[in-house]
Amino acid sequence: MTLWQFFFAIFKISSITFGGGYTIVPVIREEFVCKRGLLEDEEMYDLIALGQSAPGPIAVSTALLTGYKLKGRTGAILGVVAAILPPLIIISVLFYMYEAFASNFWVGAALRGMSGAISAVMLHAVYRMAKPCLCRHRIFSAALMTAAFLTSLLTSIHTGLIILALGITGILAFTFIPEDRIP
Amino acid sequence: MIFWQLFIAFLEVGALAFGGGYAALPLIENVVVNQYRWLTLKEMTDVIALSQVTPGPIALNAATFVGTRVAGIPGAIVASTAAVLPQTVFLLFLGWFLFHGGRITWINRALRGLRPGVTGLIGVAAISMLLSSLFITRSPITIDWVAAVAFLLVFVLHFKKIDLFKLIMLGAGIGLMGGLVEHLAGF
Repeated sequence: MTLWQFFFAIFKISSITFGGGYTIVPVIREEFVCKRGLLEDEEMYDLIALGQSAPGPIAVSTALLTGYKLKGRTGAILGVVAAILPPLIIISVLFYMYEAFASNFWVGAALRGMSGAISAVMLHAVYRMAKPCLCRHRIFSAALMTAAFLTSLLTSIHTGLIILALGITGILAFTFIPEDRIP
Repeated sequence: MIFWQLFIAFLEVGALAFGGGYAALPLIENVVVNQYRWLTLKEMTDVIALSQVTPGPIALNAATFVGTRVAGIPGAIVASTAAVLPQTVFLLFLGWFLFHGGRITWINRALRGLRPGVTGLIGVAAISMLLSSLFITRSPITIDWVAAVAFLLVFVLHFKKIDLFKLIMLGAGIGLMGGLVEHLAGF
């Protein structure tokens, strides 16, 4: 596989994968594991797990690490560029349509329905995310979840600071307290 | 100046959005809606909804949308680049180490604090999106019944594991039908 073929493969995947989160993972697997046979399933799962150590969208991490694995650092950079170009092009076009048509009665009506729908989807997503968090170290996790929820709801403390505090709490707790002692 | 603001704002979103999926949402709301007021909460809710029916992750879609509004296409490029820069640098530096079986234990430890906490933050973002989509005005309270019907129907249908794309499109369909009813009833 040449660099260009890799670039276009990621570009294509990034153009046809709707929604965020893990939706891109099965599509990348289909292309590089099943169709081209360039990676083993095992390696693919490792890449996805590694991507989670980094902040930012999973799609970008997965594209970067796939490029890194197949083509080195150049591949990694090309993977990132190929992953961000399609949303950059599509959403900037969509932006101008939004500005032109959002005040139109019918488009506005569709957007009202869509915003109701996305609110329902979000509530489900929060529930789905909360469940696995509370499987282990239940009290520790529930305490952090409640603390973050209340701090964000009731105070105007910067969200970034809350996130930093959460990360530091995790590091301190799991460094200084033996794991089986954390409730 | 405006490019620098865009760059810093989305650098923060990119650097702190641990956990994937909706993890960027509370950060985007904080920076874009509360701090710089580039979008209203209603517009952000529209962007998130449109994000689910267009390609690309939420953070990048928001970066492009906000960047284009504030400073045109160059703004979109600056904001998107800033959003992916932290993870790119991080993974490029640590890629070799990670590929050779290295594990960064402090990150795994941080994630154990981040995952539940970020879920709480997303909960707050979800509630504020819900309120902004269901209520047209707070005083006197006026409910957007079209959004409310879409919310209830999608909330129930979500239990049936229907594709996200179809659910959001269903919301658009309900919106159009509601619009038709309002149009005919002459609201």
